[in-house]
Amino acid sequence: MDFKTSYLGIKLDSPLMPGASPLADNLDVARILEDSGASAIILHSLFEEQITREMTGTIYSIESHAEASAEATSYFPRASEFSLGPDEYLDQLRRLSDAVNVPVIGSLNGITTRGWLDYAKQVEEAGAAALELNVYYLATDPTEGSGMVERRTLDVVRAVKQAVKIPIAVKLSPFFSALPHFARELEASGADGLVLFNRFYQPDISAESLEAAPILHLSDPSELLLRLRWLAIVKPGLKIPLAVSGGVHSGIDAIKSLMAGASAVQVVSALLKHGPKYLRTIRAQMERWMQEHEYESVQQMIGSMSLSHCPDPNAFSRANYMRILQSWRPTA
Amino acid sequence: MSDRPKVIFDGNEAAASVAHRASEVIAIYPITPSSTMGELADEWSAAGQKNIWGTVPEVVEMQSEAGAAGAVHGALQAGALSTTFTASQGLLLMIPNMYKIAGELTPFCMHVSARTLATHALSIFGDHSDVMACRQTGFAMLASGSVQEAHDLAAIAHAATLRSRVPFLHFFDGFRTSHELAKIDKLSDDDLRALLDDRQIAEHRKRALSPDRPVLRGSAQNPDVFFQAREASNPYYLACPRIVQEAMNAFAARVGRQYNLFDYAGHPEAERVLVVMGSAAEVAHEAVDWLCSRGHRVGVLKVRLYRPFPVEEFVRALPKTTKSIAVLDRTKEPGAVGEPLYMDVVTALREAREDGLTALDPLVIGGRYGLSSKEFDPAMVVSVFDELSRPKPRRHFTVGIVDDITHLSLDWDRQLDIEPPDVVRAVFFGLGADGTVGANKSSIKIIGEETPDYAQGYFVYDSKKSGAITISHLRFGPRPIKSSYLIKRASFVGCHQAAFLAKFDMLEYAAPGAVFLLNSPYPPDQVWDHLPREVQQTLIEKKLRFFVIDALAVAGATGMKGRINTVMQTCFFAISGVLPRTEAIAAIKKGVQKTYGKKGAAVVQKNFEAIDQTLDNLYEVSIPASVTSNFSMPPIVPDLAPDFVKKVTAVMLAGKGDLLPVSAFPVDGTWPMGTTRWEKRNLAVEVPVWDEVLCIQCNKCVMVCPHAAIRAKVYEPGGLALAPASFKSTEYRGNEWKGSKYTIQVATEDCTGCSLCVMVCPAKDKSNPRHRAIDMLPQAALLEAERSNYDFFLGLPEADRTKVRLDVKGAQFLQPLFEYSGACAGCGETPYVKLLTQLYGDRALIANATGCSSIYGGNLPTTPYCTDSNGRGPAWANSLFEDNAEFGLGMRLAADKHEEQARELLQRDSIPALLRTGLLNANQSTEAGIAEQRARVEELKSLLASDPSPGAARLRLLADSLVTKSVWIVGGDGWAYDIGYGGLDHVMALGRKVNLLVLDTEVYSNTGGQASKATPMGATAKFAVAGKSRPKKDLGMLAMTYGNVYVARVAFGAKDAQTLKAFQEADSFPGTSLIIAYSPCIAHGYDLAQGISQQHLAVETGYWPLYRFDPRRAVNGDSAFKLDSAQPKGDLAAYMHNETRFRMTEQQGPERYRELVNSAKQEIRARFQLYEQLGKGAPAVAVAVKET
Repeated sequence: MDFKTSYLGIKLDSPLMPGASPLADNLDVARILEDSGASAIILHSLFEEQITREMTGTIYSIESHAEASAEATSYFPRASEFSLGPDEYLDQLRRLSDAVNVPVIGSLNGITTRGWLDYAKQVEEAGAAALELNVYYLATDPTEGSGMVERRTLDVVRAVKQAVKIPIAVKLSPFFSALPHFARELEASGADGLVLFNRFYQPDISAESLEAAPILHLSDPSELLLRLRWLAIVKPGLKIPLAVSGGVHSGIDAIKSLMAGASAVQVVSALLKHGPKYLRTIRAQMERWMQEHEYESVQQMIGSMSLSHCPDPNAFSRANYMRILQSWRPTA
Repeated sequence: MSDRPKVIFDGNEAAASVAHRASEVIAIYPITPSSTMGELADEWSAAGQKNIWGTVPEVVEMQSEAGAAGAVHGALQAGALSTTFTASQGLLLMIPNMYKIAGELTPFCMHVSARTLATHALSIFGDHSDVMACRQTGFAMLASGSVQEAHDLAAIAHAATLRSRVPFLHFFDGFRTSHELAKIDKLSDDDLRALLDDRQIAEHRKRALSPDRPVLRGSAQNPDVFFQAREASNPYYLACPRIVQEAMNAFAARVGRQYNLFDYAGHPEAERVLVVMGSAAEVAHEAVDWLCSRGHRVGVLKVRLYRPFPVEEFVRALPKTTKSIAVLDRTKEPGAVGEPLYMDVVTALREAREDGLTALDPLVIGGRYGLSSKEFDPAMVVSVFDELSRPKPRRHFTVGIVDDITHLSLDWDRQLDIEPPDVVRAVFFGLGADGTVGANKSSIKIIGEETPDYAQGYFVYDSKKSGAITISHLRFGPRPIKSSYLIKRASFVGCHQAAFLAKFDMLEYAAPGAVFLLNSPYPPDQVWDHLPREVQQTLIEKKLRFFVIDALAVAGATGMKGRINTVMQTCFFAISGVLPRTEAIAAIKKGVQKTYGKKGAAVVQKNFEAIDQTLDNLYEVSIPASVTSNFSMPPIVPDLAPDFVKKVTAVMLAGKGDLLPVSAFPVDGTWPMGTTRWEKRNLAVEVPVWDEVLCIQCNKCVMVCPHAAIRAKVYEPGGLALAPASFKSTEYRGNEWKGSKYTIQVATEDCTGCSLCVMVCPAKDKSNPRHRAIDMLPQAALLEAERSNYDFFLGLPEADRTKVRLDVKGAQFLQPLFEYSGACAGCGETPYVKLLTQLYGDRALIANATGCSSIYGGNLPTTPYCTDSNGRGPAWANSLFEDNAEFGLGMRLAADKHEEQARELLQRDSIPALLRTGLLNANQSTEAGIAEQRARVEELKSLLASDPSPGAARLRLLADSLVTKSVWIVGGDGWAYDIGYGGLDHVMALGRKVNLLVLDTEVYSNTGGQASKATPMGATAKFAVAGKSRPKKDLGMLAMTYGNVYVARVAFGAKDAQTLKAFQEADSFPGTSLIIAYSPCIAHGYDLAQGISQQHLAVETGYWPLYRFDPRRAVNGDSAFKLDSAQPKGDLAAYMHNETRFRMTEQQGPERYRELVNSAKQEIRARFQLYEQLGKGAPAVAVAVKET
């Protein structure tokens, strides 16, 4: 059974890989993932905002009380090996690259142009085979239009592409109003691949205490449907490969993703739920299914159900929604 | 040897740099002002820095200085090269071991930043009273007078002790030298290797205890031999001065700086000579040079080796022409003929003359100066020489103060300024939180390291922990700077906070034509109109150049959040002219890069932006020809303040306490109560504002306020008759006082703006939950109205203590007798102290261990403990750090004894039986019962007033002791877990009725964040740089093993009702009680506004389990232990991640941190299970509860 695929210009033994997550924070887990058939390892995202906040927060809490009292000119030791920057992330990236044979992909979320560029370079220098730009941005400002959001993202991609030599993937949120067009612009700006989609914290409201609290649920297979649709829609207009992220919990989920147009399949929640070895189970499920249905390679199925090859392209468009509504009858 | 690097060190770093490189084992304990030496040694060792023999010195923190001295003694006996650092009371605790170390002729050098001993009061500042208390121990004593000397003489002392076998105490002046930044030559490792002789180290090792060639030391000797054996060490003391001189010569040969046992400076044929040691010798040197240049024949003899005192070298060092000598001592020995150096000089001269070593027979007078870092400047030196010129100089005198009682003080010319014009002098006024001192330290580094100029920095801090004012004194000049005194005339004055303009006479420091830089919110064309008349006047009279910048705006625009340090530093360089502008800016940026580069580019970037924007926002203001302001600086305290406050406190508040004469002060350190109320500090930018409609009247805001700046009252509606129009009031909700009115009132001028009250407020507006019953709003607009509202509020009657229901809400109607302390904004300790005073303040004796609580409780100029309308309140005293449990026990013993005597004396016939039995059998378990007893006592007193018998008089004096007293022994974890644990343990074992309140911040907060045994696993602290690897000591569990001690663990922010219950049970418990109180602290490293939610997290995750162990329950067969916490839930790591103390550990080593977190989780789980078992009725230890 041929599982070979190509993603971001890198030839991979399989489309299956753990998505950006804390899974790779532990070297032992990373080795298990590799043994379980991961074709690449993606680190969790390096968040510029978090680094900056922790940096300024830590420095502020150290400094704001220092040099204010004759008895205590400081309240914390001056640690020499004290890193507030991305060092831990980069160290882990280096260690991972040494520990596994598959490509290690970094992931980055920036908030400033400078942050995107600096950290992208550092991730490259630390030995990443590729870089995933996690465009994690919530438009909350009513004066900012969708065009501005897209332009800024494109600028970042162009700038990072110029700054580093490794291939870059852009991981998008589903909240773009004209995704196919935007995807093409990303391709034109130099993106080597797209990942659909990242997932946000979903704040819940406590009606009791009148507080909003961010929570993160693991994905479930129902979330895959959104990805399948957009993979299928976006795929025909692009030359660069796509990856699916969010909602793949089984072999058949992975197969459907490939059919919709993904060249790579990222799995996170299922591995967090069942453990890293579950990746092998997914592969086994895929193999069995492919055997049963006489597929020889994953290449055969990549994009087979995209908008351009799907027997009924309207199924992915608005009509789909209409028909379900029409077929719905109250049970009473 | 020009290749030695020039470095900017303070005296502590200068000494520690040598000591660390010359030692193998270092045992330490934090104490101001020497803590930094230990901290540096620990940091260097933690970072793997090696000593000159290529191994990393082992640094261990002990439980006290006594412990450190014991550890050092053992290390020395086992052949290690060892050192320690200490000061003041800490040095006293080392004395027993110092006798031993000296008696055993052990090479050893300790470094002391000499500090005042506590007498009528504690002082953290510098004088020689501590080191002078060691002059009889057998230690050699070597004195340094400057930062360079502290470095050089440290090396000489380490060398000389090895050769002489006499242990050395090397000392320099606390703060003046220990904390002065100066540019010095750093000795290389090779320098130290050349000075420390390997052969002598080998000898030391050979003398060490070893089972391979055992000897015995520390025998007990008897009348037959002890005396002779003690005299056997004489040759070593006789040889010691010569050895020190040889070490000084060897040092000079290698390094080029020659020191001598006594160094003379001045006219070769001087007639008047000053003898002095420490930093004052440098001041005297400067003054002597100036006097000599004016034709005076004067000189100064600097004493370097004080013990063993070399008589011959001393007289040889004096000019042959000496006619009179003034000896200056920085210590006081009441009752002695004179202070120690004076006595030594007199004796030495007499002996030398009689032995034919000298023909000199000068007049010798002795004076005290500089106690507790009192200023000692060239003008005072001149006044001492003037005294020597008088026909009959005073035999004993003081200088630097005005003594209008015993008239010992010399007058001096306060206008005299001898500093050369080529030295740039700059004074900066800032707030602790604004980074002024840090910026100035950076400026010193820039000038010291980037230019050939010399630099000096000295920093004066005020006594408050919140809103602390800092004054920086900076000098830059072409020669090494000897001026070890504050700047009096500056060419540059920087005011970093506009609010200071109305408070301090800052321009007093400005020399004519000086530059004045003001950080002002007003633009250059408006700022003039916002200056008080006095400031305008001085600007005109002294012809000052005046610059303004809105630094807060620049800092805000560049994301620096109130940190105006970089902005103001840039301004200083831009207009002071000490460096060319572009060069200066490049240097500032380099400095920023150096400070933050490693930690984070983002911070560097923000600073760079701030620097770049500064120059565009800096303006020179043209000064009008005449004063136009229509307002003056307001009086420091209002006119209705008590006389003492107006005459003494106000002067201290104005920063002019130096002017107060001796007669202004009580003779024994006794101080009046409740003076903080006269110091309106107006620290808060935003203050709480109450919405009486939304409020549910829970009083939680009052409970959590660290400064008693938000209060609740319930009162009769008639009380509102004269209320100001803006005074808020609403119907009281509650059955107990139906028809009454209720008000929450904020002390707007006393609030620090910590916003804990807002965070705890449960009442949210349903349509706009962002609005609560308390919101923070800008203070300025509210000030005027709220000032009168608060005054009116204070005039409303206090709650009737006998009627208040003592739950969380009710207790907060009780008047706090601890208000507006100088504790940090958001302090987690003070809510407990305040609660204590609300519940028991009118009958409490408080013994307070030294630490934060003794500083915000008792540091002048103003103190927070106050009295109620009956004049009753907590009687508070601080003894020491280590003895607080014993100190409080003594109070209990006295109270009990007096009560017992009163009860005995009540048996007099003249007392009506009813009154007697009432007094003897009073039930004082309630406020009503206490009120009744007080009434009986009053009745008794008036009855006794007409009884002339001596017994009646005695009973009258003791009558008040019949009202039950509540003794509270309060302190931090440093006291309870470490230095005072022995006493605490003994007091618990005795079981007397005292309440021990441990304000547990899990770190030595007051001295700056050193680890204690209360520090939790995973937390970074000084002396646990990499994060503590062992769990916190379970003090409560230890106490419970006694079985008859009441123990509670509380966290007011997590469960206030449980805290209150614990206080009530502790007070009612007829034996010893111990309350361990979780206290959020700035040393934890987070915004303390989140202190309440952190406490919730601490309890929820099991980090801080709540419980009460009440032996009374065991009497009924129940378990004494009651767990008040639910099963741990939530993520401990999340709690930890909120605090810098844990994050720093993570940032140093994520892998190790994860292991520590896992161990901490396991530890917490296991401990919780243990507590659960205890709560499930594990058989209680049989207890005998003493009924009193």
